[in-house]
Amino acid sequence: MTQYILRRIAVSLLVLWVIVTVTFFLMRIIPGGPFQGEKKLPPEIRKNIEERYKLNDPLLKQYGDYLTNLIHWDLGPSFKYKGQTVNDIIEKGFPISAALGGIAIMISLLVGIPAGIISALRQGRWPDYLAMFFSTIGISVPSFILATLLMYFISYKLHLLPSALWGSPKHVIMPAIALSGLPTAFIARLMRSSMLEVLGQDYIKTARAKGLPKIVIIYRHTIKNAIIPVVTYLGPLTAAILTGSFVVENIFAIPGLGKHFVTSIYNRDYTVIMGVTVFYSILLVTLNLLVDLAYAVIDPRIKLFEAKE
Amino acid sequence: MHIKKLVVALVVVLSMSLVIAGCGGDKPEAQVDSQEMVVRYNVGTPPETIDPALSTGIPEATIQAQIFEGLTRLDENQIPQPAAAESWEVSDDKTVYTFHIRKDAKWSNGDPVTAEDFAFAWERALNPANAADYAYQLYNIKNAAAYNKGEITDPSQLGIEVVDEKTLKVTLESPAVHFLSLTAFHTLYPVHKATVEADPEGWSLSADTLIGNGAFKVEKWENNVMEFVPNENYWNKDVVKIDRLIFTMVENENTELTMFENDELDMTHTAPLAELERLETEGKLKIYPYLGTYYYIFNTQKKPFDDVRVRKALALAIDRQALIDNVVKGGRKPALAFVPYGLPDMDGSDFRENGGTYYKDADIETAKQLLAEAGYPDGKGFPEIEILYNTSESHKIVAETIQEMWKQNLGITNVTLTNQEWGVYLNSRDEGDFMVARAGWIGDYPDPLTFLDMWTTGNGNNNTFWGSEQYDRLIETVRNSSDQKERMTLMHQAEDILMENMPIMPIYFYTDPVCIKPNLKGVKKSLLGEVDFSEAYLE
Amino acid sequence: MHFSAEMFRPLPREKKSTQEIVRPSTTYWQDAWRRLKKNPLAMAGLAFIIFLLLLATFGPMISPYSYSDQNLLNTFKGPSTKHWFGTDNLGRDVFTRVLYGARISLSIGIVASLVNFVIGVIYGGVAGYVGGKVDNVMMRIVDILYGIPFLLWVILLMVVIGPGLINIYIVLGVVYWLPMARIVRGQILSLKEQEYVLAAKTIGSSSRRILLRHLIPNTMGPIIVTMTLAIPEAIFTEAFLSFIGLGVSAPMASWGTLASEALSSLKSHPYLLFFPAAAICLTLFAFNFLGDGLRDALDPRMRK
Repeated sequence: MTQYILRRIAVSLLVLWVIVTVTFFLMRIIPGGPFQGEKKLPPEIRKNIEERYKLNDPLLKQYGDYLTNLIHWDLGPSFKYKGQTVNDIIEKGFPISAALGGIAIMISLLVGIPAGIISALRQGRWPDYLAMFFSTIGISVPSFILATLLMYFISYKLHLLPSALWGSPKHVIMPAIALSGLPTAFIARLMRSSMLEVLGQDYIKTARAKGLPKIVIIYRHTIKNAIIPVVTYLGPLTAAILTGSFVVENIFAIPGLGKHFVTSIYNRDYTVIMGVTVFYSILLVTLNLLVDLAYAVIDPRIKLFEAKE
Repeated sequence: MHIKKLVVALVVVLSMSLVIAGCGGDKPEAQVDSQEMVVRYNVGTPPETIDPALSTGIPEATIQAQIFEGLTRLDENQIPQPAAAESWEVSDDKTVYTFHIRKDAKWSNGDPVTAEDFAFAWERALNPANAADYAYQLYNIKNAAAYNKGEITDPSQLGIEVVDEKTLKVTLESPAVHFLSLTAFHTLYPVHKATVEADPEGWSLSADTLIGNGAFKVEKWENNVMEFVPNENYWNKDVVKIDRLIFTMVENENTELTMFENDELDMTHTAPLAELERLETEGKLKIYPYLGTYYYIFNTQKKPFDDVRVRKALALAIDRQALIDNVVKGGRKPALAFVPYGLPDMDGSDFRENGGTYYKDADIETAKQLLAEAGYPDGKGFPEIEILYNTSESHKIVAETIQEMWKQNLGITNVTLTNQEWGVYLNSRDEGDFMVARAGWIGDYPDPLTFLDMWTTGNGNNNTFWGSEQYDRLIETVRNSSDQKERMTLMHQAEDILMENMPIMPIYFYTDPVCIKPNLKGVKKSLLGEVDFSEAYLE
Repeated sequence: MHFSAEMFRPLPREKKSTQEIVRPSTTYWQDAWRRLKKNPLAMAGLAFIIFLLLLATFGPMISPYSYSDQNLLNTFKGPSTKHWFGTDNLGRDVFTRVLYGARISLSIGIVASLVNFVIGVIYGGVAGYVGGKVDNVMMRIVDILYGIPFLLWVILLMVVIGPGLINIYIVLGVVYWLPMARIVRGQILSLKEQEYVLAAKTIGSSSRRILLRHLIPNTMGPIIVTMTLAIPEAIFTEAFLSFIGLGVSAPMASWGTLASEALSSLKSHPYLLFFPAAAICLTLFAFNFLGDGLRDALDPRMRK
């Protein structure tokens, strides 16, 4: 096990290196640059800026320098947010996005999993239809529409909550719901379908035939085996949601990290693009490793590595 | 129990976020005393930097306008008035300006504002190591350009001289008529030398170190909200009537509007296109003037735009008034010339009013005739053309309308629309990889030259590939002249040439429609977009 | 009664079989279709999708308006007998625009599901079934594709190939199968340790057969659910891609574009959001009913 984890960490570093390299060159290939606008900068000013940010070094040297700094977790200065480093930007934005995202994931799990279980156990009856009706709406309404509608009804029509901004528990409610809508619906559907899958398996029939109490069958045999797709989905979902959603943060004016994933690319703010990509990738790779380890915990039969190791 | 292990596994994934959720999302809201006069304004995008030397945008300029003050301030007619400087003398040849800073001009921490603070701030903006985008705003100053380019490295050679604590003498490279307007611009604001020297990168990032000399000082800045209170050390503090000024930083204009209509804001920084009509009928809208022109550029290297008759025909065939009334709204004015309204001519009257219009709006007859002369009667045989715009709903809707107008009015049916992401679009324009492209120009300073000097041959902002030697000569003369009469006459002539050749197709002159509470008075919004709340009050 | 030898003759050889299978032999797919037909909700979903496809194909020919005809004097008019869904900000007929939008959005939905099904299921299936090093390498490739910013691919593609519907398909093809691959791989990892797989191996079934016949059909539930999620995501991603400049050119607009643009005028003209959003929702319901029906129909245990 330890050996497996160590090997996975080594491979993860390789994965990160590939992501860094591809992203670095991809962003430099696409047209546009960080210091352009409707108004052109005079060439001498441009030269000063390029010197300051070392953009006139050969590309390979810039790449090498970036890798060297990255090893020391120095993500460089932002081109757009003068005076701030990318480390600053992540340190400021991530706690906010992660707080909101953590709540959204909790909602998704606490609502989605029970909803899926109940509708599977009551297949074809009204709780099932109700849950599936709402989850179908949930997956067809994306977060930006849900967020706008929430704000329209709850703030604009009913005046129940402040429309936007961040800082008090009241400010968390609408964005958390908007963010959790789609994952909740998806987890409910995923849970329901794999529950149905498992409920049809022979060992459940055996368990029933043995006369095990229904509750034991459901908990010990069904949910445990049915939760694998949900756990799989949780890896990328958690990475994406903890680092913030551009649309939800934009609509509710939340000073999180999510905006930088999109605006840094529009601004061609190279260091920020790289920084948030690296940060997200580390989170993703780690969570996917945790998911794989969780498989082994949930279902001991799953072999992630060859037995001889 | 395996199920317990499972729960543990899930909790491991989530615990970290919960911990953060517990301590991050729970801060009490600012206690606002109901007796206080509080004004809430949304500046839009969170600022990139509040450092006056380094910033470039309008939200930044608006924040700076509350907390800093230059030597001069522009009044409603764009005439410079005394501000941090109580008076000044100009030498006869208009190259030496001596400013007398107010005795009672103080920083928000009580220190006196000195000539040294200005000299320090200006040198800082010009220092090539700081790579300020707007350093060129100071190029009028003697040796400034050379210093910024690194040709000279000794800052004492700059034409900035600290005569004594309150006297600043500025020597210019050549006579510049608008230098007194320039000293009102944010790049030339002073900064508190001691604070900036202590933390040159980070001083403008925290409320504690944001020392200013303006009407307000920053009390709190977190979570996209900036709170100001009056600066008790401001020399003119008696004009400040509000007790607290709150700036929110909400980028999304629909959210901003909801906040306004929900009484969470007293004024917005813009208003969504699709809601303008309703807001106007409900009396929530106020339309401020704005110094800008929305236009299309033609790539004059490409057929059929190499033919001036085609360019003119396309420009004449659109019905700007219909476009404004039904599509873009917001009290915009049809652009029948390039330089917008609001700029003073030689005698203080309006440059545009004096220059008049160069063509009739929706002159379809002439347009058809010109198109026929160019060899495309009723649009027959007209090659396939493409309108390029950067991604935005408002640009798209204008492009769609113009596409339809060319079809209806000229019979040109094969016009396609292409939108590109901002960076790609700018690149396509630079490379000349377009036929017709959307463009917009916002003036930098209140002089027609800011709209005209960009059309010289080979200018980086002239993407039309059009050029005229005569035009270049006129602009060159204007640049070196300090005689307003001569300058204005020549600039009218330059605009004549530009409009005669029509490498561009002006569409409308911008306005700045915003939502504002009817009881909010005394707000000053400059032609360049920044808002000043120093004399604002609630009725 | 007298029997003579002449009265008897041998049966033709071919009919002489002693055992006869009464039920015609059906393939897996025929069987699935037979069961699908018995599911009213699924058939309703299928009928609705076919109806939509017909409407999207022929509707615009019948409509008296085109998607681009403007009438600047008739903007923002609510639904009426003349304009069933009202008119938009340029006085265009929203009903016609929704019909044209269906062409784009439905094709996007179908491509997204195909990409998911073909690439995602097979990729995830192989990784999960083969396991070990192969799995590790294949899943790390998925991680890499997840990690590189999507928007960068999009801008690169836009620059290299230019706008058009085909490019949207390419973008979907590059990234849209990633969640599916992970979900299928996770399921297969667990399922391949089941007894029936061991049984199949024992009787010498090929890996390909085990994967396609035993494992993937048993993963159908999560596959269908993931697919029904991928469709709306793809529809709205298309709107985003069009916004960036990769999709169909204005004035043509998909449902996703119509819905997202209507958000800005929600307070003044809510009907502009209602119609495209309702179209997406109804389509999604139809796909979901069909998906659930398919899941049941393809479930090997339900085969009678």
